[in-house]
Amino acid sequence: MSVLKSGTLSQERIVFLFAIVLFAAYAVLLDGFLAPNNLVAILRSVSVLGILAVGMGVVVIGRGIDLSMVAVMAMATAWQLAMMNAGTSPLIATSIVLAGVVAVGIINGLLIAYAEVPPVFATLATASFVFGLVRSRFIVQDAIPVPPSASFILEFGQARLAHMPIEVVMFAVAAFLSFLTLRFTKFGRYVYYMGDNFEAARTMGIPVRPMVIGQYVVSALIAWLAGLITAAGLQSINTRVVNSTLLYDVILVVVIGGIGLSGGKGGMRNVVIGALLIGIMLNGMTILDLPNIYQNLIKATILLVALIVDSRLNPRDEQVGQQGDI
Amino acid sequence: MRLPESLSRLIYNAIPSHLVGEILTKRWADNLVPFLLLAAVIAIFGTAINGFFAPASLLDTTRQLGEFLIVVIGLTIVMLGGGIDLSVGSIYALSVFMSVVGIYLWELPASLALVLAIATGGLCGAFNGVLIGYLRLRAFLTTLVTLIMGRSLYDILIIAWGRELQMSPVLNDRFDYIGTGSLGGLPVSILIAGVFALLAHVLLSRSRLGWHISAVGGSRRSAYNAGIPVRRTVFLTYVISGLSAGIAGFLFAARLSGAGPGTGSGLELAALTAAVVGGNSLGGGRGSIAKGLMGAVAVLTMTNGLIRLGYGTGSNQLVLGFMLAFAVVLDIRWAKNRHKVLAEVYVAPVHHRMSGDESALPNGGGAYALNDRLSDASPIALGEVEGPEDVILDEDGNLYAGTRHGEIVRWFAPDYRRSEVFAHIGGFPLGLAMDHDGAIKTCVGAMGLYSIAKDGEVTRLSTETNRSWASVVDDARLRDPNDCDIGPDGRIWFTDSTTRYDAHDWVLDSIESRPTGRLLVYDPKTGKTKTVRDGLRYANGVCLAHDGRSILIAESWACSVHRYWIDGPKAGSMECLIADMPGYPDNINRASDGCYWMAWLGVRTPTFDLSLRHPGFRKRMTRRLPGDDWLFPNINTGGVIKFDETGRIVGTLGDLTGKSHPMVTSMREHKGELFVGGILNNRIGRFRIPGADSEWTSWKSYWSGKTPPVAEGDPSQAARRRDSAETALPEGRA
Repeated sequence: MSVLKSGTLSQERIVFLFAIVLFAAYAVLLDGFLAPNNLVAILRSVSVLGILAVGMGVVVIGRGIDLSMVAVMAMATAWQLAMMNAGTSPLIATSIVLAGVVAVGIINGLLIAYAEVPPVFATLATASFVFGLVRSRFIVQDAIPVPPSASFILEFGQARLAHMPIEVVMFAVAAFLSFLTLRFTKFGRYVYYMGDNFEAARTMGIPVRPMVIGQYVVSALIAWLAGLITAAGLQSINTRVVNSTLLYDVILVVVIGGIGLSGGKGGMRNVVIGALLIGIMLNGMTILDLPNIYQNLIKATILLVALIVDSRLNPRDEQVGQQGDI
Repeated sequence: MRLPESLSRLIYNAIPSHLVGEILTKRWADNLVPFLLLAAVIAIFGTAINGFFAPASLLDTTRQLGEFLIVVIGLTIVMLGGGIDLSVGSIYALSVFMSVVGIYLWELPASLALVLAIATGGLCGAFNGVLIGYLRLRAFLTTLVTLIMGRSLYDILIIAWGRELQMSPVLNDRFDYIGTGSLGGLPVSILIAGVFALLAHVLLSRSRLGWHISAVGGSRRSAYNAGIPVRRTVFLTYVISGLSAGIAGFLFAARLSGAGPGTGSGLELAALTAAVVGGNSLGGGRGSIAKGLMGAVAVLTMTNGLIRLGYGTGSNQLVLGFMLAFAVVLDIRWAKNRHKVLAEVYVAPVHHRMSGDESALPNGGGAYALNDRLSDASPIALGEVEGPEDVILDEDGNLYAGTRHGEIVRWFAPDYRRSEVFAHIGGFPLGLAMDHDGAIKTCVGAMGLYSIAKDGEVTRLSTETNRSWASVVDDARLRDPNDCDIGPDGRIWFTDSTTRYDAHDWVLDSIESRPTGRLLVYDPKTGKTKTVRDGLRYANGVCLAHDGRSILIAESWACSVHRYWIDGPKAGSMECLIADMPGYPDNINRASDGCYWMAWLGVRTPTFDLSLRHPGFRKRMTRRLPGDDWLFPNINTGGVIKFDETGRIVGTLGDLTGKSHPMVTSMREHKGELFVGGILNNRIGRFRIPGADSEWTSWKSYWSGKTPPVAEGDPSQAARRRDSAETALPEGRA
């Protein structure tokens, strides 16, 4: 929760102002930017990213990071669709994948909480492992289409609620549920305590190790949800997304929205604002017809600036900084 | 001896179980696991792949290894400094691109293209270095971002220039030779990598920068407090990593004569896995080039092997991810629990059966029976001195003793009320001896042999001896120098009590009872120290015999006194003078009547004697009980024993009240009085010896008549010094 005094120029406010300025500039400069369809497209384009950022946000608030999200998103969905293509009933396929996704979250949590591996390394390793396992064992090509038998997925992808595409609705639901969880449940409050001061949280009796596992299970499940929504929208899932910059976009949304990487700060509002800014920016660049590789360079540069700003706003304390905290 | 005890003696004394602990204290012991892993990987893939060891196949593998190894070395250096560099993949790609552009578009010679590639790598590394070293960003995320930036830049460049590069007609023979040629049967790239590895090894292990990098990685704060420029050091590690990726990129460009869209992608994960699998610690401080080398070979063998075995897309990532997680977990658990493992296995007691049925019990009859006479000793510096292990007096009667604060303090005769810090040494001075010129030679605990001239100037004489060839722990280092004495020829004989434990862990040494103590001799002519005798159970006091032809050595945990001949027909041999005493001997010094004084730091107890016969029991004791509950030599009752040249006990002095002198580590006779010190005591005792020669001094017994009197020893001058010392106080007040 950002408990900032009114009037101060927090990062969240800066980003929000910047989003508004960018929005206004695009509205004036770019033809068709303000068209209702384009505005919906902005939301739609950013919703999968936003859903992933919700999961990442929960983990980062608890002083972790989950680099395996995109791998889980793509590979879990691809495996599920591949099984359904091969004739497994949707219910059984979904159950198996559910178990697999929960297992990945638990493995991440075990590595981080019990083996005390830094989250970046643990999740980097599981990301590689999950991608490698599914790609080499369970699927035969990069892109897996949604099987015709699973028309409900396609229908789900086409569904609209109050004229909003289902992706946007799901983003809103995910963000709102996470907001409620973080704000009003014991689990949510504990996540903040752990992120703010892990040792103190542990000392006061919070079951930090199971909590860490819980966080990574949540982020893995949210990643899988994002994968299903992607598949529903595109009628297939392309596992090459694992090698794309999507993961860094997710971190970008979280960091630029104002959730400090040192944990304990920020909330779902930051995720929404970060996602909006990135959505507006990407949409503008797409309308400007900037090639993807240039967009990547620009995004990476912005992320770098965001990291610098983050390190200035949330300086790490050298005195208590853990050795090997890299 | 009954069979179980004989068996236990065989097991605990014949099997060198102490070596396990000693090997674990070595830094190179960390390499064992990665080495076994490497051997396993090569064995598995060597048998699974036909022709794996065929020359052509090996040549191709080593060619790739050259490039990969250089990248891993760069990453190893960054990791040693406590960072991480994920951007190596794109720095590598950019350097490949610049080399190719240099050769095929700008038609540069190969050497300039190399410079171009290295400059590219160095610049990118410097960019990372500024961000992480100077701006103090998080290394992992920052290099992740620079990885994407570099990759995007490379994609942009390769799309813009790729076609032109493809069409270039340039042929550069030297460039192709670097990529595909061999020298003496080895590919050029592996030779370059070998030289690079050697340089990097020298840099890390022998240069100032290398030590700074290790220090920063080991503890950033301590390095900063020690005055190391932390930020610049971190910056330089990233520059080195960038340079490495630059060189590797150049080699790759030479091998493939081109650059494609996927060049270097995924390299960061493979390099990171290699560095970690090799045993380089995340978070810094522990790591070496050898570790990087082992990791690089293991990972490359595995990834190449999987491709050649026909496993499809993704299996590489599968294996890399698994190996990375596994290696990181192993590394972190090992780093965290290493000291526990060490503490578990280091203490390795041996079976030791003590004999002798003499008792030191008061009124028990027998020569050793302690009495209460020492409780009459009057205290000097009561409550002011801490830990006078040894005491000595000069010809003016001034009293010197080492203290726990690392000083030698001088108390002025005749009443010893005033004192001054005679010399500050920094370590705990233990045994003292006075040379013919009045200089004090002292064994300083955990430091070595030092000399303090009459004016208080401290000179280091010796801190190491010769290393024995079969030793695992460094036994050249003087770990626990304890007592010294000076031979007639000026050579200094001194003891090093144990090679296994530091001085403050003497309790563990007594529990282990392993004979590792040594007698050493320092020769002032050559300035060299050598070991003359080892295998003593806590070698302690040393005293030159009255005739100057042998020295007496106390062996504390064996409760024995030995005579080592330094002159005459038996020179170089050692014989036991007193065995199986009921107490643990400490320092030995001359007495005025031709006998010797020997301090007892404590007396034997039947319980500890029994436990010495049960090494398994003592091992369990040190592992399962806290230190406070351990059984170890009783040091609550000591005393002073007088023995003659034949080893016969002629008298004892004890303090049965336990108030003044429970534990005695030294005593020195001077003009009819005995000055008594104890390493755990808060006073120096002064005891009048009935019937002793009131003119006899230790210094005279050593030096008068043997060496011509020197200026410092001149009695008239000494008298003047005393006068000035005594008049100093009133003048100071005025």
